[in-house]
Amino acid sequence: MIDNNTTKKVFVDASRLITEACVQAGADVFIGYPITPANLLYSYAVARYPEMMAAPDEITTLQWMSGFAAAGKIPVTATSFPGYALMIESIGMAHMMELPMVIILVQRLGPATGTATCGAQGDINVIHGSLSGGYQLPTLCASNYDDCWTLAGKAVHLAAELRSPVVLLTSKEMIMTLRSYDWSQLPNIEKIKLNNETKASVYKPYAPQANLVPEYLPYTQNKHQVRITASTHNQAGILQNLAPEALENSARLQEKMLKNLDTFTYYDYDKQEGAETLLLSMDVSSQATREAAEELRKQGKKVSVLIAKTLFPIPQVYLEIAEKYKKVVVVEENFDGQYRKLLFGYAGRKGVSGINGIGKMISPNEIMEGVNNE
Amino acid sequence: MSNQAFLSGGELPFCKGCGHTGIAQNTEKALQKMGMNPLDVIMVTDIGCHGIVDKNFLTHTFHGLHGRSVALASGLSAALNNPDKKVIVFVGDGGATIGINHIISAAHLGFNLTVVVHNNMLFGMTGGQPSEFTPQGFKTPTLPDGSHKNSFDICSVISSIEGTYVRRVTGIGDFSDALAETFAVKGFSLVEVMEMCPSYGVKSNPGMKLKTVVEASGLQTEVFADTDGRVFQPNKKEQTASLLNPKYEVTAKFSHNLSNKVKIMMAGSAGEGVQGAADMLAQAGMTAGLNVTKKGSYPVTVGVGFSAAEVILSPEEILYNGLYIPDVLIITSQDGLDYSKPAAKKMTTGTIFIDASLEAPETGAKVIKVPFREKVGARNSALASIFYYTKKYQSFEFEALKSVFATSKLSAKIDINIFLDL
Repeated sequence: MIDNNTTKKVFVDASRLITEACVQAGADVFIGYPITPANLLYSYAVARYPEMMAAPDEITTLQWMSGFAAAGKIPVTATSFPGYALMIESIGMAHMMELPMVIILVQRLGPATGTATCGAQGDINVIHGSLSGGYQLPTLCASNYDDCWTLAGKAVHLAAELRSPVVLLTSKEMIMTLRSYDWSQLPNIEKIKLNNETKASVYKPYAPQANLVPEYLPYTQNKHQVRITASTHNQAGILQNLAPEALENSARLQEKMLKNLDTFTYYDYDKQEGAETLLLSMDVSSQATREAAEELRKQGKKVSVLIAKTLFPIPQVYLEIAEKYKKVVVVEENFDGQYRKLLFGYAGRKGVSGINGIGKMISPNEIMEGVNNE
Repeated sequence: MSNQAFLSGGELPFCKGCGHTGIAQNTEKALQKMGMNPLDVIMVTDIGCHGIVDKNFLTHTFHGLHGRSVALASGLSAALNNPDKKVIVFVGDGGATIGINHIISAAHLGFNLTVVVHNNMLFGMTGGQPSEFTPQGFKTPTLPDGSHKNSFDICSVISSIEGTYVRRVTGIGDFSDALAETFAVKGFSLVEVMEMCPSYGVKSNPGMKLKTVVEASGLQTEVFADTDGRVFQPNKKEQTASLLNPKYEVTAKFSHNLSNKVKIMMAGSAGEGVQGAADMLAQAGMTAGLNVTKKGSYPVTVGVGFSAAEVILSPEEILYNGLYIPDVLIITSQDGLDYSKPAAKKMTTGTIFIDASLEAPETGAKVIKVPFREKVGARNSALASIFYYTKKYQSFEFEALKSVFATSKLSAKIDINIFLDL
């Protein structure tokens, strides 16, 4: 009845955890433009970040962030689809420039302005298609409050480690719901700092290191010339047309993500021996999926659960796990199963189905019905 | 004056006779006059012919998107926050057209940078389309009859913003002093350099001289505003407190009677305390050792319409934080009734507590009418409902709720006894 003394339970929303984790991880500045349902992140940022800037619009937000990122700071913003849509060209710019930053995308119900106060998981395709040319933004997605802490910190680290914009994908009911939560066991998060010097005699801003990530140097130093550009460029950062070195550099942008993907592949795989059905989900639907699996097991039904936390680039291991099951049920709160189609294609695969919906959270009951009706 | 080179020795990448060449050369000369170190200068370039010059600069270079260069430079300038660094933005009249909001914003906020508008009165890189800066009568390849409107006067617009330095020059000959004076400003400065595109402007307007166009357009080549001194001040904090404040920790000191979770939906009107009451109910549950979640639901309007909350009280860990079908539905207003009718219809068991003034919804649940609004008023009806629920249901000790209420700000304004007599 009475709590164990070692626990420290709080009544808390996940926006608080995410904000604190980002700052502890080394985020220097929050640049914000208000939008529902990301406003709690903005409010907490005012109190917690070392620096906070209120931008006049979302395009400016991303441009300011890029300016900060080029000056040795790790910026963070939070938005929802309408804001993200405005940011996309600039996110592409920051990705090509290889500037570290974190964009927290809080999903709400679309299309268009939709319903700002209703959750959704409808922006998976938008993230996947944000960059021209089939390049991928590293995208992490928390499945519960523990993840909100850990993955928010990791997103900041990853942005610095990969020299790239990183998306932390979440949704309204994940970050605005208040919960009783034991925060006594939160792991420490190390503070990361961007590099500000080099041993190279001539610094090349886009010369890859062994992990294919180029060494970062900010404009704050005046020992080495830094050239940063969003146009197709060579290793020196000089605009090129279709020179082989420049095209190699562009290809490297995706290769560096894939080469380092193992360092940021996060998922939960709850395997039940003998199960022929795999439930696969992410974000807030993970909790309904976990609950459905518990209930199904109580009923004697064998099911395994895969929770994807690294959405992009898609880790190969998800497909390898899915391959082992006759039936795969992908649970996501959108019109027709965006992540399912990315995993299995429009042709699909025999035994693969989706539980989808709009305008309300998918419940464990719907998932159980879906599995039992298979 | 220094002899440090700011441009590499190679040829500049512009058509013969292009004013962009003069701007690049005069920029180098101006920076030499100022004695700047090239690596304390960051040249930020936009998209357009002028933007391909960055490879010739020996400064730091930053080449972004069309029209967004001033915003990019603004972020950089704010982050540098260093008067010894010089941020210079090269933008064309096309980029200044699409990005005018960024220029206005940067001027308004006083970012420490200089914008050099290369105004050749058309889009040169894409074939000579008109911009907002194309003057009346000026022809371009896609505007063969000439523009029917006056050109946009960026100097007048930006100089109307307090604390800016703004001037216009004709980009012929040596104008490095004008550039140096502009670069030396601390805060936001803008210089518009008038030029003529040799490929599209000159060919479309044979015999027309730059000076004639500028004069005919009524564009003055002068200093418009000289109010140096209002520089952006970053909003920085040396130390901020952790958001994981122990004051939010809740100690379980009461007991509960639940063996299964209870899912409660509260539906009322905005401004009648639904969210606060739901928070209080959940917190009271926590002080009784229960796991809780509270999810809010409301329209985008802040002070009108429905306001609903879903609270789960559970002896076990809660995963899914939705209700699906509530066990208990509390309706305190007509807005709440309208909102919760679908939920009420789904209920085949459980209880609905509804304000006595309202008509019972269609449901299989037991309906109990309670005069919340009449007894405590509309504003306190939601609070009254959680006291009523707790007393009636005994999910946890009633003292838990009284204790949470007593420590809330509301206790100073509302006498708890009004809730105890229901």
